Amino acid sequence: MATIGVRKKRRGLSLSRREAMWAYILISPWLIGFVWLTAGPMITSAVFTFAEYDLLNPLRLIGLQNWRYMFTQDPLFWHSLRVTLTFSVVALPAGLVLGLALALLLNAKVPGLTIWRTVYYMPSVVAGVAVAVLWNQVFNPRFGIINWMLSWFGIRGPGWLQSPDWALPALIIMSLWGVGGGMIIYLAGLQSIPTTLYEAATIDGATMWQRFTHITLPLITPVIFYNLVIGIIGTFQYFTNAFVMTNGGPANATLFYNLYLYNNTFRYQRLGYGSALAWLLLFMVLIMTGLVFRSSSAWVYYEGELRK
Amino acid sequence: MSALTSRMQSIRLQRLTGQILALILLTVGAIVVMIPLVWMVSTSLKSRSTSTEFPPKWIPMDAAKAEIDGRDYFIYRIPVNGEMRDLALLRKLGPQGTFVNPENPDEQYQLEVQTGERLYTVNLHWENYPNAMTEVPFGTYIKNSLTFVGVSTVGVLLSCTLVAYGFARFRARGLGVLFLILLSTIMLPSQVTLIPQFVLFRKLGWYDTLLPLLVPAFFANAWDVFLLRQFFMSIPLEMDEAARIDGCGPLGNLWHIILPQSFPALTTVAIFHSLWAWNEFFLPLIYLQTRERFTVSIGLQQFNSLYGRNLPGLMAASAVTLLPTVIIFFLAQRLFIQGVVISGIKG
Repeated sequence: MATIGVRKKRRGLSLSRREAMWAYILISPWLIGFVWLTAGPMITSAVFTFAEYDLLNPLRLIGLQNWRYMFTQDPLFWHSLRVTLTFSVVALPAGLVLGLALALLLNAKVPGLTIWRTVYYMPSVVAGVAVAVLWNQVFNPRFGIINWMLSWFGIRGPGWLQSPDWALPALIIMSLWGVGGGMIIYLAGLQSIPTTLYEAATIDGATMWQRFTHITLPLITPVIFYNLVIGIIGTFQYFTNAFVMTNGGPANATLFYNLYLYNNTFRYQRLGYGSALAWLLLFMVLIMTGLVFRSSSAWVYYEGELRK
Repeated sequence: MSALTSRMQSIRLQRLTGQILALILLTVGAIVVMIPLVWMVSTSLKSRSTSTEFPPKWIPMDAAKAEIDGRDYFIYRIPVNGEMRDLALLRKLGPQGTFVNPENPDEQYQLEVQTGERLYTVNLHWENYPNAMTEVPFGTYIKNSLTFVGVSTVGVLLSCTLVAYGFARFRARGLGVLFLILLSTIMLPSQVTLIPQFVLFRKLGWYDTLLPLLVPAFFANAWDVFLLRQFFMSIPLEMDEAARIDGCGPLGNLWHIILPQSFPALTTVAIFHSLWAWNEFFLPLIYLQTRERFTVSIGLQQFNSLYGRNLPGLMAASAVTLLPTVIIFFLAQRLFIQGVVISGIKG
């Protein structure tokens, strides 16, 4: 028996090589997928950015023309960038403040925590076309409930999604409906702050505001930071609502970057130009998260980290 | 001592007023948050004509009508000689109207219409739901969506479990670098790979089939691999060793040791992925062309653009689309909250 075991071992692989073999077998689904669905397409789309391609005619390399057109001749490109940035500059801070405020309220040991959490969190879970279809009617200028609520205060509501001035603000208001997702994360952050800190501060006579600015806020900055990064990436992917509710209009007022990318690629069949827009999107996401990360040492506080 | 107790008392009082204030704010906020969903359900049960009334009624009601000589007339609650009566409005001439007792059509009155009020009765139009479901082939959409959800969730669970197990429990040259590459793909916007994938899947003849939505799921994704790996790593290594001594190979170890302990993580992945697939709009939009292949999300979008005037039907279809999400949310809320906190929000 023993000899068989030895012979088997000698013929087979050594233990560490056997382990390595298993490792690669196990991760092979991802590895194949990575080559086939990520790395390969990335290289291809990088080539596409220098080409003209419409699925019907053979691909034609045109050098930097796509990029030159994007930066110097395409007003809609700049416009879609402006729309997307306006949305993030308003919606992200507003969502941050509101989500944090809700989390603070829930953290104040109110009765029925789970019920409140459910109510506020649910809208951020239900998502997609159904929500867009619903809000499309909520904003209806004639019978929508937003204008109905405004009428309680004697305000005649605007045309919202049908008005070039109010369509983007409408989508920003709608985004606040999903503020519960951030709230959950902030709440977890708040609950991890040791209560002894607050007790000590209270005994020392710190006011509520002082406790917030000196204990809560610094300790929660990593979470805010995380949400900010996710939020920035998210707005560059913003698509469904803009497509279903306004389709970029009226007068391109809600032409989000991702929608413009979709229009170029799948509506006008400009796959080369669409690829260039996609690559620029990648660069922008990298730069912005890079900026947030680099600025983080100035305002994000990590416990256990020594400040210089 | 007394100074300290009074100080503690004032703190307690402060805390109490704070709680009351918090409760008031939370209640107001909760009402605002819930209004759209309540309005959706309420509108889905209204008749088409009352659905666009302003101001809206929360309880679906139709104007009460009475049939007199084969024709319908609105019923008004109107004072007649100081007594409130429910009468049908037969004719209107300027401010005056001819009212008649529905039970006894010969009993007629000339009254000022403005003094009365149109009568409404609660009427829930449940038929809006089956109507909306048949106006477009919604059953087919649901079937397609369930295929998408079911098959791709199985694919994700299978592939991500294997890959996560490989990264969590094995050592090999290059594995660390590969894991970093995997992590970095989380940051990669899908648009960068989308267009060549589209061209490729078209060439493979997968355009207008569910295959572009199903097949990639079997090749693992960074988020779920990461989540599962973290979980697998929290399972003590001693158990693996015990299993190995008992003669378990790598797959046996995965099956007998790792998986039985990983149900929370696997459920989290399954639920998050199912919800994502059910709600996913972009991929079905670019890949599916024929109505019979539509998923619920694009079916609903098409309903919205074609039958947008049928507001109750539209809201009924939306409610049906949202219902599975809401049910899963209530069943698995704890997992949700943990999942979000652990991994951030997927998709």
